[in-house]
Amino acid sequence: MARNKRAIPEINAGSMADIAFLLLIFYLVTTTMDTDKGINRKLPPWDEELVEDPPPIKERNIFTVLVNSNDQLLVEDEYLEISQLREKAMEFIDNNGDGSCIYCKGFKVTTSSDNPDKAVISLQNDRGTSYGMYVKVQNELVAAYEDLREKYAEEEYGKSYRGMDEEEDKDVLNEIKKAYPQKISEAEPLNIGG
Amino acid sequence: MAVIKKKKDKGLPAVNTSALPDIVFMLLFFFMVATVMREVDLKVSVNKPQATEIQKLERKSLVTYIYAGSPRVKFQDKFGRSPRIQLNDAFATIDDVQAFVIQERETKSEEDRPMMTMSIKADKSVKMGLITDIKLQLRKAQALKINYSSLQPKNVEALYSSEN
Repeated sequence: MARNKRAIPEINAGSMADIAFLLLIFYLVTTTMDTDKGINRKLPPWDEELVEDPPPIKERNIFTVLVNSNDQLLVEDEYLEISQLREKAMEFIDNNGDGSCIYCKGFKVTTSSDNPDKAVISLQNDRGTSYGMYVKVQNELVAAYEDLREKYAEEEYGKSYRGMDEEEDKDVLNEIKKAYPQKISEAEPLNIGG
Repeated sequence: MAVIKKKKDKGLPAVNTSALPDIVFMLLFFFMVATVMREVDLKVSVNKPQATEIQKLERKSLVTYIYAGSPRVKFQDKFGRSPRIQLNDAFATIDDVQAFVIQERETKSEEDRPMMTMSIKADKSVKMGLITDIKLQLRKAQALKINYSSLQPKNVEALYSSEN
């Protein structure tokens, strides 16, 4: 009787923590928490036959950005540093030459764009341009639009554009995007200084 | 007197550690769930460019990666130093890109296909010629949503300095 009554000896769980720690450390080391981030872009669809007549755009509505194989910038026939590009682009988009844009604060210069809806940024690079420079230029041009939208949002809605929730403020976001539509066009690259 | 003496002898009671495994397991499960095992072996060295206007790539399962850069040191005897494209685990040529995209698209479900994003992870020293060729192939393969993978700079000055 006495023998039967003896309880089953408990399993020693003292090393369980060690085992769990070991696994934990393994996962800690192998985990790559790299959140992938980058600049989102959309490519134009491929057409076998070229579009015959591209819609005519007035010269003043085009903001040309050229990057050569030495990573130098030529913006509107003017040599420019990358740090000045954003400001120049914002001036161009926000120019409001025909006065139809009520929220614009541009200088209404006759040689710059009519209104944000018509303003097009044309980007052309060389095949020898470095990818790093290309991303930088893209970044500045996108930032120019984002900054303008930010200002617009602050004034019209009293809210920060960047802080808006994609689901909650969907309509507001669309309104803002319509106020400053992003129009960046990329031309086929040149091949001069390969 | 005797009672007091006994108490002193006991000393500090041991901290109860029986909940420790539970805590560790909790952490373990968190990391197990959060871990994304690196699927590919990088054969090219990629030093990403820096940018501030970046967006997070959501839904990793819809993202396909294209790597471009100089081969790593251990592959340089065989493949040289000029930048190359890597798709999945192997070096590839520009002509393979289109087939690769189509093949990747097949693995996604019908309704997810339009949302497929191509992430271009290229070294910042790569010449645009190669990137343009990749872009042309992507256009031909109707993969129009792309993402230039880049890093958030630590400070704004770094963005404009010439060495980056």
